[in-house]
Amino acid sequence: MPTFEQFAMPDAGEGLTEADIVTWMVAPGDVVEVNQPIVEIETAKSLVELPCPFEGVVSRLLVQEGETVEVGVAILEVDVDPNGEAPSEAPSADESASESPSAEPVQSARSAREDLSVDAASTASRSGAPETSTPDAADAGAAESSDEGSGAVLVGYGVKAGSAHRRPRKDESVEPVGGAQDLGDYPVLAKPPVRKLARDLGVDLTTITPSGPGGMVTREDVEQQVKATSAQTLATYPGDDQPWLAAGTTQSDGRTTRVPVKSVRKRTAEAMVQSAFTAPHVTEFQTVDVTETMNLVSRLKQDKDFADVRVTPLLIVAKALLLAVRRHPEVNASWDDAAQEIVYKHYVNLGIAASTPRGLVVPNIKDAHRLPLHELALELQHLTAEARAGKLSPSSMSDGTITITNVGALGIDTGTPILNPGEAAILAFGAVRQQPWVHEGEIQIRWVTQLALSFDHRLVDGGLGARLLSDVGRVMNDPAQGLVWG
Amino acid sequence: MSRVARPLGASVDAVGPLSSDGLVQLLTHTGEAVENETFSPYAAHLSADDLRAFWRDMTVLRAFDLEATSLQRQGELGLWVQSLGQEGAQIGSGHALREPDFVFPSYREHGVALTRDVDLVDVLKIFRGLQHGAWNPKDHSFHLYTLVIGSHALHATGYAMALDRDGLVASGDPDRDGAAVCYFGDGATSQGDVSEALTFASVYNAPVVFFVQNNQFAISEPATRQSRVPLADRGKGFGIPTVRVDGNDVIACHAVTQWAVRHARSGGGPVFIEAFTYRMGAHTTSDDPSRYRSKAQESYWAERDPIARLETYLTARGELSDEFRAEVEAEAKALCERARTAVRSWEREPLLTMFDDVYALPHATVEAERAWFERYEASFADGETAAEGKAHR
Repeated sequence: MPTFEQFAMPDAGEGLTEADIVTWMVAPGDVVEVNQPIVEIETAKSLVELPCPFEGVVSRLLVQEGETVEVGVAILEVDVDPNGEAPSEAPSADESASESPSAEPVQSARSAREDLSVDAASTASRSGAPETSTPDAADAGAAESSDEGSGAVLVGYGVKAGSAHRRPRKDESVEPVGGAQDLGDYPVLAKPPVRKLARDLGVDLTTITPSGPGGMVTREDVEQQVKATSAQTLATYPGDDQPWLAAGTTQSDGRTTRVPVKSVRKRTAEAMVQSAFTAPHVTEFQTVDVTETMNLVSRLKQDKDFADVRVTPLLIVAKALLLAVRRHPEVNASWDDAAQEIVYKHYVNLGIAASTPRGLVVPNIKDAHRLPLHELALELQHLTAEARAGKLSPSSMSDGTITITNVGALGIDTGTPILNPGEAAILAFGAVRQQPWVHEGEIQIRWVTQLALSFDHRLVDGGLGARLLSDVGRVMNDPAQGLVWG
Repeated sequence: MSRVARPLGASVDAVGPLSSDGLVQLLTHTGEAVENETFSPYAAHLSADDLRAFWRDMTVLRAFDLEATSLQRQGELGLWVQSLGQEGAQIGSGHALREPDFVFPSYREHGVALTRDVDLVDVLKIFRGLQHGAWNPKDHSFHLYTLVIGSHALHATGYAMALDRDGLVASGDPDRDGAAVCYFGDGATSQGDVSEALTFASVYNAPVVFFVQNNQFAISEPATRQSRVPLADRGKGFGIPTVRVDGNDVIACHAVTQWAVRHARSGGGPVFIEAFTYRMGAHTTSDDPSRYRSKAQESYWAERDPIARLETYLTARGELSDEFRAEVEAEAKALCERARTAVRSWEREPLLTMFDDVYALPHATVEAERAWFERYEASFADGETAAEGKAHR
């Protein structure tokens, strides 16, 4: 009788989990020899010709060209005994009557079992469903199959989901040779790249609950910690991009429109209420002669290194504030009321309040304290452009640490800004105007502006706020001071 | 000190690791015999029977190598490391050795294994993941395959130093004298272990022959990126005599190795041989050489096939009868069939056997680990224990 053997997709590399069928080199009905090339497959590593393990006649191609096939799934069926006798035929006289019946059931049982497992697997592959969708299924499959994968993977490729499983254990546990090890002076176990990641992200490894083997802190643990401790991103609502009145209902007399409070307006309102009625605000003012800053701005505009960015007085204010924060890092903090803790930030995400068609947004420049002036200018320009285009990502608006509001851009001299929630200080930069000013004992026409600093009086005292504001003013008045403090 | 910038490319071939400078050759790639004053005498003893035996071994080895490659493609082996193209270097040098010489192979030396009477089918146990080593090194004077690149150069050097201390070098009875022979590739010459081995071999005048098969690629890294000079020059820096030989000339490889082991056995110290050859196949079945080398280069080397040139030479002299060819073909076919059958029938070895041959003498730590592992295996609910083993398929 015909005897069918199936050829399963092999792992042609080390730890590959699948391959694409590129070209079949045989068709049903073809006579094949052992090691005759039958199909070309493409793995993650290379194009490979697979040699046939059987001699016989091809009965079926089980997968089509172009299909991606998981390792272990049958791809070809060969009749290895095409001239065999039909099962219904009586045993010939030469054959022992007792041998034939006993040999047959074994054979058919074997092919039936193979058919079963192969069909199940290839069906799963064809339908695109994962072979093992749940851990239970993975275990069940593993229990039936003796073809366990080694778990090895090709560098750069992850372990296939469901490809690894645990053998069930009895209750007793087996202590490692030598018993539990005393970790001695190593309070935190982590691999060097994880330590570096933690350092870069400013995460204290000792604050993390390790999940890795042997109490080791993993990369995921660090990332989880960052996620848990960093400010949550702003919620977004449907309709964020709609014009103000679009969703509103205009009264019949045409004199008012009632617009549901949502979107940017809703968030602004929430933030302002939260900020204004939890953080006791104090605002201090200083009027500054910024003629030197304006001279610097004109010089930088001519500087070919700055040819690719727009240099504005705001850039110098930003730099001045960063310098001042470095001298007074206590202001770069937030009040954690729930934990009754003050959280001092060792990085500055510099917020820039921006008026956009959608309303007020406060995106921030990440790690602004690390940026040289030119990069700072690029970031500022980038942020402004994104804000105008309404393309700001939620992450660009979260985790700010201190903010500048450029009220001068609207021709305003100054104001009493409300803190961005979660921050302890906000600087308002007023309009820069030519005014009569006493300079070196004479009244001269100078460029003058007003700076206003609001701060959270729970954690910033008036003196500290004054020193911060005065340092900003000092740099604005004489940018060379930046050299001294930079 | 001046640093001369040299562009990569053809100019490197004239002086670099791919130059043909000083290559010993006794048989050209077109099958013509060449005289070499120094080394021809070391091939003079080879009879037609000997050369036929070389041809047979190379032919059988190649057939086996292709079979093993197919078995890997059929999912029967996890990996296979092809010796394709390096038959001349391996068979020629391997047949120059005898007791008590001891070979330290890397992982591609199937041809040398054949000359040491290792059953090639057993080699497949390693590549099916059943055993770490599939033969007793003592039975064949052939150490286990070393997968760590170049580390066995140290083992070979240590073994050679021990031969010396055991009085098995320059003993006055040449039949008692031995040498250690270490096989490694061009890539290994970039390893620190190899440099350390060369240092010790040199200063202790150890009877060790370093046999480098420069197959021109360390996986995908060409030899030109590993050296500015022929690899044989590495030996010179340590004060070790070096020879460059055409690695696809089985007769020259045999003669040069003959000379080298005699030199070492007689107390002359280490020798560094560079057999300049070409890996006609992939680095392993996991590699795709078409990504880093040209078809033109491959066909250039196909014309320099080590088997073909000996075949041309023997055929021209009427020394290769059709009967003999048929006999060898049948032998190769039988070996391949035996390999196919064996590989599919093998069962997984009991896992506990991995503790058996770690040390020659009982060792407390290994015993503790064996006992722990036994308990660990017994802790699984599925009932399978380490002692039982199980079918691999």
